[in-house]
Amino acid sequence: METISIEGTPKTPTIIFDTGKGFLEIKGRSIPENSIEFYKPLVDWLEKYAAKPQAATNVNVQLEYFNTSSSKCILDVFKKLEAINKGGSTVVINWYYEEDDEDMLEAGEDYQAIINVPFKMVQVAE
Amino acid sequence: MLDIYDFYDKMERNNIMLSFKGDITSELLTSILQIMESKLDNLQEEPKIKKKVYNVLVECLQNLYHHMDEVAPEENDAIRSAIFMIGKLDNQYNIVTGNYIKKENVEGLKKRLEDINLLSKEELKEYYKAVLNNGEMSMKGGGGLGMIDIARKTGEKLNFNFSPVDDKFSFFSLNIKISQ
Repeated sequence: METISIEGTPKTPTIIFDTGKGFLEIKGRSIPENSIEFYKPLVDWLEKYAAKPQAATNVNVQLEYFNTSSSKCILDVFKKLEAINKGGSTVVINWYYEEDDEDMLEAGEDYQAIINVPFKMVQVAE
Repeated sequence: MLDIYDFYDKMERNNIMLSFKGDITSELLTSILQIMESKLDNLQEEPKIKKKVYNVLVECLQNLYHHMDEVAPEENDAIRSAIFMIGKLDNQYNIVTGNYIKKENVEGLKKRLEDINLLSKEELKEYYKAVLNNGEMSMKGGGGLGMIDIARKTGEKLNFNFSPVDDKFSFFSLNIKISQ
């Protein structure tokens, strides 16, 4: 079991994946021009993790901005989590949005409607 | 010789905050976004408006960026060039972009934008989810969500135009309004 992390940049989020604790966090901004390239390592780690997941997997998604190029990649990440949830690990996705940021709340609800994993919408102060 | 005062005056009257003409690179986008973010901070915009403007700006600029590749690298620099402006007039942000597009792609894009303009807020939400989940990825990952997202976030119809240039190209312009 290991912790994998990617440090954030002005265009890409910080990612921490503690496979021993079953904890994944995506935090910051996700506005790269080429998001497929950026998200590929995370999708690959989740694939590996899916073979031997923890009993519970907690996911925090706290994005300030994300572009449409990232949105399909984030869906791919969630689809991997959906498979992990089906495969025996209890997955919860905590979707953070700042108070007043209706667009971010709606974006979370869009994913919630597509992905068969429990979502928790968590409001935070600006 | 270009009349720079006339140019200045037009920009002043339209309250242009930032404009650029040329090749759109990833580094340029980073710089433009940094400049615009600090300008929005200086204007002390509500976080809600600031985020909306920033988000729409990202989509507009990345549309231009991805489009550069499509116009084909073999074309000369002028054809690969694009224009971008953002201004604020009467409490409304205006983002204008312009870029060359191959003639054969005009009809397809026009149809796509007209279709988006027919949709209500609720229909846009459903359409966005359908395209998000259709399993198709464009090379860069956008997969055709940009314009739907812009229409959804601004709550306005997409205002666009195609001007014929020559037998190979047209000039596509998009005018986005973000109201307070």
